[in-house]
Amino acid sequence: MMENLVYIALFAPLVSSLFSALFGMSKRQTFVGVIASTLLFISFLASATLASHIVSTGTPIHVTMMDWISAGDLSIPFGFLVDQVSVTMMTVVTLVSTVVHIYSIGYMDHDKSFNRFFSYLSAFVFSMMILVMSDNFAGLFIGWEGVGVCSWLLIGFWYHKADVSREENPSISPSWAANEAFIVNRIADLGMLVGLFILYWNTGSLQYDVVFETLPSLSGSVLNAAAIFLFIGAMGKSAQFPLHTWLTDAMEGPTPVSALIHAATMVTAGVFLVIRANPLFGMEEVAGVSYFIAALGTFVAFFAASMALVNRDLKRIIAFSTLSQLGYMFAAAGLGAYWIALFHLAAHAFFKALLFLGAGNVMHAMHDELDIFKMGGLKKVMRPTYIYMGLASLALAGIPFFAGFFSKDAIIETAWNEGTLVLWAILVITAGMTAFYSFRQVFLTFEGDERYKAFDIHPHEMYKFVLIAMSPLALLAVVAGFGMGSFEHFVTTLLPEYHMSEHTHHIAWLLGLVVLVVAVGGIAYAYKKYAKGLKRDEALENSFIYQLLANQYYIPQFYEAFITKPYAMLSEILWKEVDMKIVDATVDGIAKLLYKSGDGARRMQSGNLSNYLNWMAVGAVLLLLVAAFSAMLG
Amino acid sequence: MIGLSHYLIVSALIFSIGLVGVLRRRNLLMLFFATEVMLNAVNIAFAAISHYYNDLTGQMFAFFIIAIAASEVAVGLGILIVLYKKHGTLDLDDLAKMRG
Amino acid sequence: MYEVVAFYLFSGLTIGLFLVTVMSKNILYAMTSLAAGMVLISGFFFILGADFLGVVQLIAYVGAVMALYSFAMMFFDATRDIKEKNTNSALVFLLGGLSALVLVLMFAAPIHSDAITALYPMHEGVGNAQDVGIVLFTKYLIPFEVAALMLLVAMIAGIILAGKKMDQSLTEDMSADEILIQKDEK
Repeated sequence: MMENLVYIALFAPLVSSLFSALFGMSKRQTFVGVIASTLLFISFLASATLASHIVSTGTPIHVTMMDWISAGDLSIPFGFLVDQVSVTMMTVVTLVSTVVHIYSIGYMDHDKSFNRFFSYLSAFVFSMMILVMSDNFAGLFIGWEGVGVCSWLLIGFWYHKADVSREENPSISPSWAANEAFIVNRIADLGMLVGLFILYWNTGSLQYDVVFETLPSLSGSVLNAAAIFLFIGAMGKSAQFPLHTWLTDAMEGPTPVSALIHAATMVTAGVFLVIRANPLFGMEEVAGVSYFIAALGTFVAFFAASMALVNRDLKRIIAFSTLSQLGYMFAAAGLGAYWIALFHLAAHAFFKALLFLGAGNVMHAMHDELDIFKMGGLKKVMRPTYIYMGLASLALAGIPFFAGFFSKDAIIETAWNEGTLVLWAILVITAGMTAFYSFRQVFLTFEGDERYKAFDIHPHEMYKFVLIAMSPLALLAVVAGFGMGSFEHFVTTLLPEYHMSEHTHHIAWLLGLVVLVVAVGGIAYAYKKYAKGLKRDEALENSFIYQLLANQYYIPQFYEAFITKPYAMLSEILWKEVDMKIVDATVDGIAKLLYKSGDGARRMQSGNLSNYLNWMAVGAVLLLLVAAFSAMLG
Repeated sequence: MIGLSHYLIVSALIFSIGLVGVLRRRNLLMLFFATEVMLNAVNIAFAAISHYYNDLTGQMFAFFIIAIAASEVAVGLGILIVLYKKHGTLDLDDLAKMRG
Repeated sequence: MYEVVAFYLFSGLTIGLFLVTVMSKNILYAMTSLAAGMVLISGFFFILGADFLGVVQLIAYVGAVMALYSFAMMFFDATRDIKEKNTNSALVFLLGGLSALVLVLMFAAPIHSDAITALYPMHEGVGNAQDVGIVLFTKYLIPFEVAALMLLVAMIAGIILAGKKMDQSLTEDMSADEILIQKDEK
């Protein structure tokens, strides 16, 4: 019974994808979206049932569908493991996907590739399910690559759209962004593959349970190498510095994609990997690597938040915020609080997907205008969206009793508890920045003067069913935090427990208060500055710091100048000098030689028997010579 | 004293004469003559080896070569006659019909 | 001693006669010298003690084959000189000379023959014909029969090829249909 549910949860998205693919090239059919959404909902129901089953019994479900690779000592089955961690991911993924599927019916309403979009979207969900459910690293890697491909397909969904240079953005075309995302991920995936090879080489298996059992018998350097390379893979997928540029560029894709893939699910795969491999990352020998993860996470949290402060692009602000929150998750995971990282992952998925979908509504209303400086006063026409985005921003900012408060507060508390006060301080400051940029965006969009009127735009609210479909996310963004206690109890049967020390416990209220004050301060500042309308400050906007942040620390330019361009030059040199002059010339030379020799040998076919006899004699004499020489030598 | 090598060398010389004939002549009948010369050269070698190794096998092969030569002449001449009746010539340059 | 004299005499004459065969422009000369050369080759066989082979050479070659050639020549214009274009004679003599050189060098080299034992040794005091007969009809019986069959096939083929439509000239360009029409008119 439960085994069937596992397969239903896994394969319903695949069926949905294949079904939609049947209509991929035909014109828009609403029922395709409806059926895809229904199948995703079925998958969600199955996942939820499995979750309640695991909650009540506490025993993981382990199924093996079939043998996949069996060569020599290597045996990799198609096995699926539904335990506390993966069932959490499954539920989150299917829930968000279902909402996003329904949302897309409305959002993609006027797109001529409507059916194709659902095919890709469901394929992505299937890959993500493989990623989280697999019971071995090979399956995880397949899912890992699968979501990468789907991400590429979806970012480049409007591949025909040309480069549009906008005031607030460097010019980037969807196909360029898709390729960037894919290539950056490939670089990181190489690291991950190396990590997998190291693990396989030293443990002889890729099954999670076997690998983790063998870990204690391995040497420290092997463990460190494996942890480092696996984390490189996670860095690519979760867009950690310095592989972070692709995530903001990925906003060129349709907004539902940004909500599902680049906020709620795929980018958290890196965090999931670290949580999944916690027996490795939690070992004494790799404490250095774990600390590095925490430090890098903290840095990225601050780094991304700082760039979000000044950005004018609605979706990019949210993308930077996603980066920042991923940094929080890595900080928690690196400090050993795996369950807190997982909790923040789930809570973040809800409110960040909500935020993105709200942004999608705004975009839809504003005819694809993304510059928040051109918006303002939208609350009059888009009240439900305003409420949704406001709730999501409150959750993101960590205002008490919203989802983000519990999870983020716990992470900051962990940083204090571990005695890493520098990390703590940075995370607290980042929390304030988060609150500021979230509400800067909300106020600039919905409050103040109606700047859009100057551009002759007539905004309108989204369809009703779309707004209703978003309500589960809004509900969860508000209440998810209250499940924290039972969630801890649930997942710590599998993940290592993490307890605050007595001392931390005593001053927890104080720590929480500090964060709260900073966050409320951020909101208040944003209100003061932007709620009444936009007053642009030329001096500030031209200052060095502002320009530095607005240009993303010039990192894209740096990559362009020092990696992309030299690589392109090198490629061109290799193409012109090596490929054309050596490789191609050799191949052409062989062809020409054959052609010329054939042309020459054609003359032998004169039709004159006497000539043939001459040639035969030449051959016979040659054979004689060979015989003579071989007799002489041998 | 005459040894095996003497006979073999004579045989080789005659064979080469036959080869030159095959290569040089354009008349089919002359080509037949040249092949006869080559066959006979080989026969000398066989007989000589048979004699010097005191073994009858060489002579046996010479017999069969003579048999083959006889059939070759019978069939070949038949073909030559047909060719001559059809084309009025036996010159290979005029018979070059197999142009590729 | 007489063997040496006979050998060199026969060698010289044979090579000379065959050269005439190969070089002559007149078919009649060529055929005559070929027949003479073959007679001399049977002489080699007698020197080498292969009496039976020598007799067969005389009967089969000089008798039968040369007679066949003679008859065949009746169909061709044998008295006229053959006009040939011997264009690449340099290549011809190079190839011929080279093969002769290589073969001579090979045969002139000392032969290491210790390991060679006779498969069908000749017997002392027994005539060559008897020896040959015994081996031919015991060890080589099947090849002998096959050779006989082959000769039969060749004979039939020769008769059919040469005997077909003997009454008509095929030199004039006539298609088979025209020939049939002519027959009908008759």
